[in-house]
Amino acid sequence: MKATALVAARLVAMRDLRLAFRKPSQIIQPLMFFMIVATLFPLTLTPEMSRLRDAAPGVLWIGALLSSLLALEFLFRDDAVDGTLEQFALSGQSLTWMLFAKTCTHWLLTGLPLALSAPIAAAALGVSAEAMPGVVASLALGSFAMSLVGAIGAGLTLGARRGGVLLSLLTLPLAVPILIFGARATQLAITGGDIAPPMYLLGAIAVLGVTLAPLAAAAAVRIGLE
Amino acid sequence: MATWTWFHRLASPPHVYAFARRWTPWFGAFAAVAMVVALYGGLVLAPPDYQQKDAFRMVYVHAPTAWLSLMIYTTMAVAAGVGLIWRMKVAHAAAAACAPIGAWFTVAALGTGMLWGKPMWGAYWVWDPRLTAELVLLFLYFGYMGLRAGIEDPAKADKASAVLAVVGVINVPIIKFSVEWWNSLHQTPTVMQMGKPKMDGDMLWPLLLMFVGFALYFVTVLLIRLRAELLRRERNASWIREVVA
Amino acid sequence: MLTVQGVHLWRGDRHVLRGVSFDGAPGKCVLLTGKNGAGKTTLIRAIAGLLDPEEGQVSWRGAPARSRRDEFHLELAYLGHEPPLKGDLSALENLKYSVGIRRTVTSAEIQAALARTGASSFSDRPTRMLSAGQKRRVALAGVLLADAVLWLLDEPTTNLDADGQQLVRDLISEQLGRGGIVVAAVHHSLSLPAEQIHALELGA
Repeated sequence: MKATALVAARLVAMRDLRLAFRKPSQIIQPLMFFMIVATLFPLTLTPEMSRLRDAAPGVLWIGALLSSLLALEFLFRDDAVDGTLEQFALSGQSLTWMLFAKTCTHWLLTGLPLALSAPIAAAALGVSAEAMPGVVASLALGSFAMSLVGAIGAGLTLGARRGGVLLSLLTLPLAVPILIFGARATQLAITGGDIAPPMYLLGAIAVLGVTLAPLAAAAAVRIGLE
Repeated sequence: MATWTWFHRLASPPHVYAFARRWTPWFGAFAAVAMVVALYGGLVLAPPDYQQKDAFRMVYVHAPTAWLSLMIYTTMAVAAGVGLIWRMKVAHAAAAACAPIGAWFTVAALGTGMLWGKPMWGAYWVWDPRLTAELVLLFLYFGYMGLRAGIEDPAKADKASAVLAVVGVINVPIIKFSVEWWNSLHQTPTVMQMGKPKMDGDMLWPLLLMFVGFALYFVTVLLIRLRAELLRRERNASWIREVVA
Repeated sequence: MLTVQGVHLWRGDRHVLRGVSFDGAPGKCVLLTGKNGAGKTTLIRAIAGLLDPEEGQVSWRGAPARSRRDEFHLELAYLGHEPPLKGDLSALENLKYSVGIRRTVTSAEIQAALARTGASSFSDRPTRMLSAGQKRRVALAGVLLADAVLWLLDEPTTNLDADGQQLVRDLISEQLGRGGIVVAAVHHSLSLPAEQIHALELGA
């Protein structure tokens, strides 16, 4: 009996989760990178907590952005190298759904842990405890949108020279709206304001991303596999 | 059907090459005339602005280059999309030819914006939403050109950059909106809008004519680059030998 | 059922496929031969739909394969140079996922296929610990399990010992016997009965 798109997507997600647990370094490394970047910023700015708190949204978001770009490297690369991505494209199932499942799993393994561990970095930047839920929420939603957009670039740069740098170059301009709305939400969370307006905007981008990005990513991957 | 013949000619490299060769001088001539007249109108005929005096004249170059940088990106994305969907080689060649032109227009917009900023607010760079959006647009161009350069196989590079261009063009309004939203949050006296001064008829027509002039200039350069692209891509085809002989 | 007509394909500057045409009928094996670089892999990938020919067409059951891509792929099993296996998963797990996304498959079926290809004894080790020949046996089990009418095999006997090569011959014979079609790129002949073979030399 033919499997449906959702069954295929679920299997892909479970496969990726199982693989991630067998090789946790791929998850841990981007997280460590985020922590290191967030720690390096005070060294370049000032040890004064009040000044650091002002810079905190920027530091957290740039760190998260760079960490995401690093993590996006392994969204498709392993599967492209060993030929399993090709088999996905030849499976007769919706590549769009399978890539959406891969992207969501990828976020669960990279973006979400980053958001959940952001309070550690934020505390080091002088952010108070009440702000933490808002910080986590904004980074979680923002990193999800980043994963969706980044999947497109990841597909396009399969087999390109110096794919990693190119991926960053492609994805950063597209990520500008996510950065703007997300950083604003984090900033409002830190200063005690209402994070709803930028979160709604971020949510709108995420919804647009969910609808369109997997389609573009599937087209990108098919081209990338040529 | 007549329309299909036209469409077929549009897709055929020899026809497009011949068209480009024939019409380039005309587009160039009209572009030159339009730009000269517009420059005269803007620099000499138009009265100085009440607030900005003569410095406002920068708008005659800055605004059209900014509009064109965006228009060229859209043209590039449409050509790339046509190439992707209908698998037309000429469309891909056109998109490739557009990119450097658009990037240069973006640089010009940023440069003239900076030159305008200095007399206005004493700083070469301000985080005005339009300048910021132009900067992001420049990065989009770099990404497009970088992707093309990074993929060895030309057909694959065409298709991949086409997807990127289409995704980019959908993103441009979102980016513009987000940048304007960001800018509006932080309205301080030192960060002023690089708004066009209120313009009446005398000051307006040179602006529009300059835009037309630049657009014609873009078409001229596009046709030249397109011919070069077609020559390069089709260098093994038989029609090339007749043309070059 | 499978028709390849006048396929031209360039890879960069190289005109790799120059007007390739052939018909694949049920019970026939199309053997692609030719030197390295002649375009065997390119042709197989083009038939599979991974590459787009600049000219010409691949048709399946009378319709262009491109227009009914998903249905075509469901009837197709493709095995490239490298066995498509995740190194950290065992053979059993690999097949559970790779076959499972195509159709529902029970672990009994997977075990049976692995037994058929002689891969049972190492089916629960992570595949990165397997030799190249062992990985190929696992991949062949995957082809069996795909339940496909058309097999596209790129050098299926690579890394296999004499037993393994006989296995490939047997599997292909059985597939042809079921009314399936096989397109295989090979360096040496497969010693199948002549009436089952349609030989095509590329790059000649």
